Amino acid sequence: MRNMMVLFRRELSGYFTTPVAYVFIFFFLVLMGGLTFNLANFYERGQADLQPFFNWHPWVYLFFVPAISMRLWAEERRSGTIELLMTLPVTLGQAVLSKFFAGWAFIAIALALTFPMVLTVNHLGDPDNGVIAAGYVGSLLMAGAYLAIGSAVSAITRNQVIAFVVSVAICFLMILAGLPAVSDVVGGFLPHALVQGVASLSFLTHFDAVTKGVIDARDILFYVSVMGCFLVANAIVMAYTKAD
Amino acid sequence: MAAMIEIQNLSKRFGPITAVDDVSFSVDRGEVLGFLGPNGAGKSTTMKMLTGFLPPTHGTARVCGHDVFREPLAAKRKLGYLPEGAPLYPDMTPAGFLDFIADIRGYSGAEKRTRIARVVEEVHLPSVLHQPIDTLSKGFKRRVGLAQAILHDPDVLVLDEPTDGLDPNQKHEVRQLIRSMSAKKAIVLSTHILEEVDAVCTRTIIIAKGKVVVDCTPAQLAAKSPHHDAVTLAVGVEQADRVAAGLGEIEGVQQVERMAGDNGLVHFLVLPRTGQQVLRAVGKRAREDGWELDELHAEAGRLDEVFRELTTGAADA
Repeated sequence: MRNMMVLFRRELSGYFTTPVAYVFIFFFLVLMGGLTFNLANFYERGQADLQPFFNWHPWVYLFFVPAISMRLWAEERRSGTIELLMTLPVTLGQAVLSKFFAGWAFIAIALALTFPMVLTVNHLGDPDNGVIAAGYVGSLLMAGAYLAIGSAVSAITRNQVIAFVVSVAICFLMILAGLPAVSDVVGGFLPHALVQGVASLSFLTHFDAVTKGVIDARDILFYVSVMGCFLVANAIVMAYTKAD
Repeated sequence: MAAMIEIQNLSKRFGPITAVDDVSFSVDRGEVLGFLGPNGAGKSTTMKMLTGFLPPTHGTARVCGHDVFREPLAAKRKLGYLPEGAPLYPDMTPAGFLDFIADIRGYSGAEKRTRIARVVEEVHLPSVLHQPIDTLSKGFKRRVGLAQAILHDPDVLVLDEPTDGLDPNQKHEVRQLIRSMSAKKAIVLSTHILEEVDAVCTRTIIIAKGKVVVDCTPAQLAAKSPHHDAVTLAVGVEQADRVAAGLGEIEGVQQVERMAGDNGLVHFLVLPRTGQQVLRAVGKRAREDGWELDELHAEAGRLDEVFRELTTGAADA
């Protein structure tokens, strides 16, 4: 536990020792604000909720999270520090979890800084803050799932660009699975149960319910399972290829 | 007591390539083992297996009795390791980095501060403690790497090319540091600088094509050189022919090589027959014949020759 705290602190402070973290957070906030207020007709809808804000999250995360996760392992491999890290008295599991939680904490910080949205909507109307809170929880869980995928992909390569592109592609598929465009196409030749199965793998399907204020244990379980699976994959990949 | 480092029948294959082939050795406390070999001979691969970074295809590696693959944490706690190229986190400062290492090694409070202060002193880092590692010179980076390896005062120290990229003064300092620590530890260092073996090691292993070809002391290694116990002398050019003739008559001399030197001097290299000492005989002859010598000394043997012979010989076999 102590080891994990030490690794977690190093990773998280690593984000802030370079300007990268600040640039990231800045653009994340600008993008979120711009998309919500300009493209999603936040005012015109005349409703006091953050639905237009949360609807953008899967798409913003699609590029934002892989940009964070791409360096997690690829950078350690490229610079050779993986050899240093893996010969310190820490286990691989501790290293994987610490890196993941540090990245997740960084995303949580960026997400928390969108609080003016909440203030705005509370100023303009009388929103259901419970629904908003649920939206934030769902958003953070979804970000964790993206991050676990990105972390596992980053473990495969020493090239950050490849890690980024492949992560975006996989995350895009995970979003796509739930879009009507996809379910209509697969619905043409697959039985209904399988179509449901594909759609149930989608980040969107599970996120939509949560942003409407319904925190279903199955949605939480879905995101936690995605994180678990990809982090285990991450550890297995590292165990077998760390020295390559 | 068991040796602090025990390597038994260690092999590593990468596909069809055998990088390390059935290597066994052990190192006791107080020994400094110099690991020599041409590039690609398997030095780093062996060290990576010894430190538990790379799983071996065959064999075992033990550090202070702990198998590095069965009890990795116990072994890693006893081990200080400077990987090849001294990889470090470039965005951190040496102060931040050593703080991280001390935390992960389980130190806190006053003990952490004194340990960090001590290694910073030992490797001469104070001036750059708060600059990003990225901006440091190669020499300073290497010293930060060394500081991280010795911070917990490990029983076993594994250093992969610790002096690579350092200037002669820095090399000297690092060697002194290694010597000063050697009594209490078992140290393995790899190098392709032969003088380093002479300067710090109590024992050398030469590895070529993944196999151990020699395991002996540096002195024994030098004794394998055809130049071992050879005598060099320099005389003025006007005496050269007389001296050449005289040297040829000395008992036990195998061969005399004559080399023109500068400042009107001629150098001779007198190679003895195997196992013969000719220095005294040469000196006696010089006194009897009244040679005016500008230089006279015995050669310990040339490590580079032995190295070349052993490593290229193995390649042919």
